[in-house]
Amino acid sequence: MLRKTLTEDSFYLNLGPQHPSTHGVLHLLLKLDGERILECKPLVGYSHRAHEHMGQNRTYLQFLPNTSRMDYLGGLCYNHAYCLAVEKACGIEVPERARYIRTVCAELNRISSHLLWFGAYLMDLGAFTPFLYAFDDREDILAILGEVTGSRLTYSYCRFGGVNRDLNQNFLDGTKAFIPKLRKRLKDYRTLVTKNIIFLNRTKGIGTVSAELARDWALTGPNLRACGVAYDLRRAEPYSIYPELEFEIPTATAGDCYDRYWVRMAEMEQSLRIVEQALGRLPEGPVKAAGVPQWIQPPAGDYHFSYESPRGHLGIYFVSDGGRVPLRMKWRTPSFSNLSILSEILPGTLVADTIAILGSIDVVIPEIDR
Amino acid sequence: MSDGILVDLRVIWEALVRFFGLEALVLVIGLVVILAWVQVNALFLVWLERKVAGHIQLRIGPKEVGPFGVLQTIVDGIKLLGKELITPQPVSWLLFILSPIMVFTPVLVAFVVLPFGPHLIIRDINVGLMLIFAFGGINVLSILMGGWASNNKYALLGAIRSVAQNVAYEIPLLLSAMSVVVMSGTLSMQGIVEAQEGVWFIFYQPVAGLLYLIGATAETNRAPFDIPEAESELVAGFHTEYSGMRFGLFFLAEYTNMFIVAAVATTLFFGGWRGPFLPGPWWFLIKVYILIFGVMWVRWTFPRLRFDQLMNFAWKYMIPIALLNLLVTALVMKLVR
Repeated sequence: MLRKTLTEDSFYLNLGPQHPSTHGVLHLLLKLDGERILECKPLVGYSHRAHEHMGQNRTYLQFLPNTSRMDYLGGLCYNHAYCLAVEKACGIEVPERARYIRTVCAELNRISSHLLWFGAYLMDLGAFTPFLYAFDDREDILAILGEVTGSRLTYSYCRFGGVNRDLNQNFLDGTKAFIPKLRKRLKDYRTLVTKNIIFLNRTKGIGTVSAELARDWALTGPNLRACGVAYDLRRAEPYSIYPELEFEIPTATAGDCYDRYWVRMAEMEQSLRIVEQALGRLPEGPVKAAGVPQWIQPPAGDYHFSYESPRGHLGIYFVSDGGRVPLRMKWRTPSFSNLSILSEILPGTLVADTIAILGSIDVVIPEIDR
Repeated sequence: MSDGILVDLRVIWEALVRFFGLEALVLVIGLVVILAWVQVNALFLVWLERKVAGHIQLRIGPKEVGPFGVLQTIVDGIKLLGKELITPQPVSWLLFILSPIMVFTPVLVAFVVLPFGPHLIIRDINVGLMLIFAFGGINVLSILMGGWASNNKYALLGAIRSVAQNVAYEIPLLLSAMSVVVMSGTLSMQGIVEAQEGVWFIFYQPVAGLLYLIGATAETNRAPFDIPEAESELVAGFHTEYSGMRFGLFFLAEYTNMFIVAAVATTLFFGGWRGPFLPGPWWFLIKVYILIFGVMWVRWTFPRLRFDQLMNFAWKYMIPIALLNLLVTALVMKLVR
């Protein structure tokens, strides 16, 4: 079938699943005319681990560690989202201090995710050095989070009704020192990368997505905000302590690679603001709700919860029959929808642009495949 | 005892000179020295690159093997030698095997005419500059051969890019070198250095110098012009299918090429071996390595250009400017003389 559609001037290129710039095992089937792309088909499923099915075969608590393995860069956010979803279903009240701690950790996680994206994206564009700078910054966050959560990448810190343990002094001192350090670094990145002429040439006007197109393909997160739609679940469907905090939703207008880059960089600054505010008014008290049952058994019914993960709208849907194990577990992960737009915007661009666009969408493959 | 050996050596030397002629002997010895020099130079440059990259990137680079890690590249070279030479089944094997040899051999020829010092030159040919550029052109051919013969789509794309890029960038390179030739009135490398008595040509020809450096970076496929091997797009470009010492030869050729373009730049624009206090060869090497350091600095700081932007840059800006520069130079020289 492929052979039939092949003209003499075009050929197929399998970009991935083993390729340095597909960030894992993404497979793009490209039909090329020289270097120009005629067709693109994203093929997924290479790292499918049946997380949803696992969720249907174990208790709610047993499934908790799985959540951070889906999006390994935003593990804490997924933890947080899952706990919020189950707490909402069971009607568990979370103590004030725990809510603050969760938010601080989730925002730090968001920054580390964006930092890694920043480094990897610049590496896709051929600049190797920012990668190591970003990892240096990220290392600080991992060390800080490691202090309190005990792990560096796949966290299982949140619990139903609170968090595992209280913040310690090392965490507070580390965060206090980290915030000004990252602000200074972000300034450096602005002068070194954001204003770089080659970078601007590679990203401005490349992979433009209009607001309508973004809505049609269910783009969310920074990718949607780069198109000029100020849609952020932390404001649209507020949860946790976000209504009490002051922060802006950075948006851009053009919806090209540069805007997606800019929105993420601006988001890091807003996340820093959130961390600063939340730590500033951290209340005293317990970090775990009293009287959480040993076996979580939400009343029969179906439940849905939306969360703003670093990559966009994370939807958790589960059906309970009142037992210890959910009947159905479904996760709507942002990268899956974000990725699908590639087949729409890639045709007509060059191979080099493919890498620039794919990188700017910021996909995490295990989260697509689950 | 030692006196006896010296006398014996002199006798042998004189016999050899009588038999082969001095010119031929110098050439043979020169080639042996070049081969040794090329290896040592590449080892040093690879180490330097890793150190420079390391310090730019908040790391320290290699430090375990030898003092400051200088022996690291030797260890890597031994590793490359020990690796299996894999020839994939569907390749066109003759071209596939020939390509790494062909990319490396012409590189050596350029060393014959490089003036390391007032007397340290193997042969001062009256068309020395032409010779370097002519043999530099073979580079493209071997890359195309390797990319085509590999029977790999990434390698083919890399080879196509490489040919287009080299054709585009050789023109401003030659034109900017021509401006210097017009000023000095000779194609001999030693003659060009001699013509820079007092003032370096970079002060007369700043535009040509800049164009040459940009063109040379593109010619050696260095970032931000490393489009033929752009690893985030084309995996490894034209040498995707090469392994072991075949890859090593490509690698060696790249670093030797870097040395050559820097050496030519030194000769054309920075007064060659001229300089106070130190003897000529020292000045020559210092200037060359400073230029190479600059190229490395650029590589680890800038993102990669896109292919069409690169071509636009060459055809729309560099070539017209180089042509104009050459015309103005010729006109001024005509009026002055």
